[in-house]
Amino acid sequence: MVKRFDVRQQTGFVTMAILCFVLLYLPIVTLVVYAFNNNDSLSIWKGFSLRWFHVAWNNTLVIESSIRSFQIASVAAILATVAATMAALATTRTRPYPGLTFKYAVINQPLMVPEIVTAVALLIVFSRIKIWTGYSGLGYLIAAHTAFCVPFAYLPIRARLENMDLSLETAASDLYATPSRTFRHVTFPLLWPGILAGLMLAFVVSLDDVVITEFIKSGGQDTLPTYMLGQIRRGVTPEVNAISTVFLALSVGIVTVFFFVSRKRT
Amino acid sequence: MLRATQPAIEARGVTRLFAGTGQNAIRALDNVSVSISENEFFTLLGPSGCGKTTLLRLIAGFDFPTAGEILLHGQDIAQLPPYKRPVNTVFQSYALFPHMTVAENIGFGLKMLGKPKAFIDARVDAMLRLVHMEALRNRRTSQISGGQQQRVALARALAPQPKVLLLDEPLSALDYKLRKEMQIELKRLQHETGITFIFVTHDQEEALTMSDRIAVMSAGRIRQVGTPGDIYGRPAERFVANFIGETNFLTAAITVTGDCKVRATLQSGATIDATVAEGFQPNGSATIVVRPEHARLISGAGDLSGTVDNIVYFGTDTNIHVHLDGGEAFTVRQQNARSASCGFQRGDRVGISIGNNVAQVLRD
Amino acid sequence: MANASEVAEKAERDDIRSRWLLSAPALLIVFLAAVGPLLIVVVYSFLTPGNYGDVKWQFSIDAWVNVLLERDVFDDTLSLAGAHLLIFWRSVSLSALTTILTLIFGFPTAYFIATRPEGRREIWLFLITIPFWTNLLIRTFAVEEVLRNDGIINSTLQLLGITDHPVQLLYTNFAVLLGMVYVFLPLMVLPLYASMEKIDFRLVEAAYDLYATRFQVLRRIIIPLVKPGVVAGSILVFIPSLGAYVTPRVLGGGTNLMIGNLIELQFGQGRNWPLGAALSISLMAIVMVALLVYVRNTTRLDGDHG
Repeated sequence: MVKRFDVRQQTGFVTMAILCFVLLYLPIVTLVVYAFNNNDSLSIWKGFSLRWFHVAWNNTLVIESSIRSFQIASVAAILATVAATMAALATTRTRPYPGLTFKYAVINQPLMVPEIVTAVALLIVFSRIKIWTGYSGLGYLIAAHTAFCVPFAYLPIRARLENMDLSLETAASDLYATPSRTFRHVTFPLLWPGILAGLMLAFVVSLDDVVITEFIKSGGQDTLPTYMLGQIRRGVTPEVNAISTVFLALSVGIVTVFFFVSRKRT
Repeated sequence: MLRATQPAIEARGVTRLFAGTGQNAIRALDNVSVSISENEFFTLLGPSGCGKTTLLRLIAGFDFPTAGEILLHGQDIAQLPPYKRPVNTVFQSYALFPHMTVAENIGFGLKMLGKPKAFIDARVDAMLRLVHMEALRNRRTSQISGGQQQRVALARALAPQPKVLLLDEPLSALDYKLRKEMQIELKRLQHETGITFIFVTHDQEEALTMSDRIAVMSAGRIRQVGTPGDIYGRPAERFVANFIGETNFLTAAITVTGDCKVRATLQSGATIDATVAEGFQPNGSATIVVRPEHARLISGAGDLSGTVDNIVYFGTDTNIHVHLDGGEAFTVRQQNARSASCGFQRGDRVGISIGNNVAQVLRD
Repeated sequence: MANASEVAEKAERDDIRSRWLLSAPALLIVFLAAVGPLLIVVVYSFLTPGNYGDVKWQFSIDAWVNVLLERDVFDDTLSLAGAHLLIFWRSVSLSALTTILTLIFGFPTAYFIATRPEGRREIWLFLITIPFWTNLLIRTFAVEEVLRNDGIINSTLQLLGITDHPVQLLYTNFAVLLGMVYVFLPLMVLPLYASMEKIDFRLVEAAYDLYATRFQVLRRIIIPLVKPGVVAGSILVFIPSLGAYVTPRVLGGGTNLMIGNLIELQFGQGRNWPLGAALSISLMAIVMVALLVYVRNTTRLDGDHG
């Protein structure tokens, strides 16, 4: 029988794509599998065990750095999302006005500059402020994380605003809603999925950061990623795999929620 | 009988300029004045870009005039924000709130006006009954059909009992059958509620079917205001005659024969009687118009004579395109009675007889 | 009554003012913790290194000279700094290779996703998004585990008898390249997919109707249509590759440095903050050039469409 001609098909593309997906997941799957290895070695399989999860759980450094990661990510994500929501409202649905391009440039700056450059810049500034003020708390990390989270939170919120039907707000004002009530009853509820997406994006981005944190943290301020970086440098046991697996599960969870939130088009 | 003759809405010398490139500002509305009476079904008709939607937006308060006044029952409202105007709009896209139910949408205006909940509920029920949507009270607006959304949009705009209801091409998204149905429905609603309707459309058939009066607009100006009969039967300008229905345009030499009556002499020398709008004094040459269905094709000699060029059949009618002896093209429309044939063939010599009082001299 | 146009002008001024107020918090935090410090980096690049890190407040252009040149300790002559040039070259060439390889792998993948039936596309897209949002360090670590001497690649090779001793994969340029391709691949696929999703396949049908072969359809129809996606994806991969720090550090093992690691060295063991600052500015300059090329490209593409 003759195979029907498919206009979308391109020779070898399907094979290549499947290969790509396999290669993308192979290392991650290996990493997760060896987290359950009942052996000190990373490569020789000696049976299933939760041993390394116990080790990680009882490692106070892991727990402390995890808690610190969450503290920083929560505060930074919330601050960044609030600032980004306001900025998105100020920069969308308008004719170009003086300063608009400047705002885009500033808000997106952290995306344009290599992380390592921002990291050393903050190292220079914060080390000086630390000497002047004597303060060496988490404030520096939170400020830095908030700044680089702003553009990530801004993206989905702005996209949501730009796709929002302007006539809905016009309709609300036609139906006797003052501008503030229009915002409360129409704009905000419709914008909410975008804000939620922005919040989660910012949270994940903050949680994942290695470079900037590594440069500006003070002693004893390891986050989970910088702690892991130190471990990898020293030579690894499957404990790192166990930590990675938990971290991975968390990211997948957040991304799944994000996926469904941003897909929902009310 | 004495009655307050104050119009519901009046526009006085309204101009709206939009910033264009350099000096070329765009005149969306150019010194428009129009007066719309209480309880009238008034239509703004014109092609896209003629300014009809701009005028509607100025009345609603979504936009503000560069010059001129907009009066609601004699009060200038041109500078009031939309939420302070007792005027509601049915949007072309319906603009139903997707995060609310049908009932919440309908009750929104009343809620914003601070009405008590019981009152809102009762009014929402009444509105749902009015548009026959009782069963869908608690549905999300994304779960109902286009026609149903249209009804909800209407109910939502009518619920606060506005002084004037503005309708911005509300039927354009519906398919043909549903559109016909909604035209009748809208007429019924206007009759039952007694609210002044201002309806914007580019569809001349829709305008003729539904309106008490029509304002034909083009290039930011109102060209003619009148009843559907006036507009169709007595077009004052070439634009109006051209935009509404099919028309034959003939250039002729005019001699005035009486009050509003003239004799028009065509290129072939044939003459027909025509009427002129009051107060208009044509002299020399002018354009006269004759609707295709106001002329009749005969085998013998008529007012005009020519040769059949083409015959186009379309269901209820047949159009016969005739090449007049003077060189002009002329179309005659015949109703298809019983037989499918119109009785003529391409190349036949024919006469055209034109009824009394059907030819009209244009002002331009 | 106030003049109508004056009223409109005042409304617009008020609108712009409230828009500035609304955006102030975001602008302020980004300015204080990202833009401002960069300006200070510029200042630092013109100072003298301190003895134990940090700087002495003494003007000097030595740092900038040292970016490309080195001073001989004995006779004080200047010559090209071979080590720096090598690292610059490695960064640019590895980044370019990364971009090309992600394009070679990413293009068919994005096309594959874009040509799935509508309902199933999102699942495939989701599968691309998961690695994208997984911690970069974890993904790099996963690659490290695969490449190490007792990792699955070497175990498999030995098991199959292809080699009897482990092949050194880790801590090579190859490892860094592979790692970067791996971590940046989603950044290529996503913009490619975004532009492929919009392909009107009636154009493809028209091309086949006019006797085009599959390859001609790809070359003459599909690739030109998705060019904006190719450009966007390339820039999204190239820029972070240039500044890569974690991947070369973990997979390059301290010998196969890239600019990012060189910068870090100056703030750590090197104790030469001004040089680190000058190198940072240099990296930024390369990135800016890449971005300018990108902007020029996209504006020209926009022009093409009217």
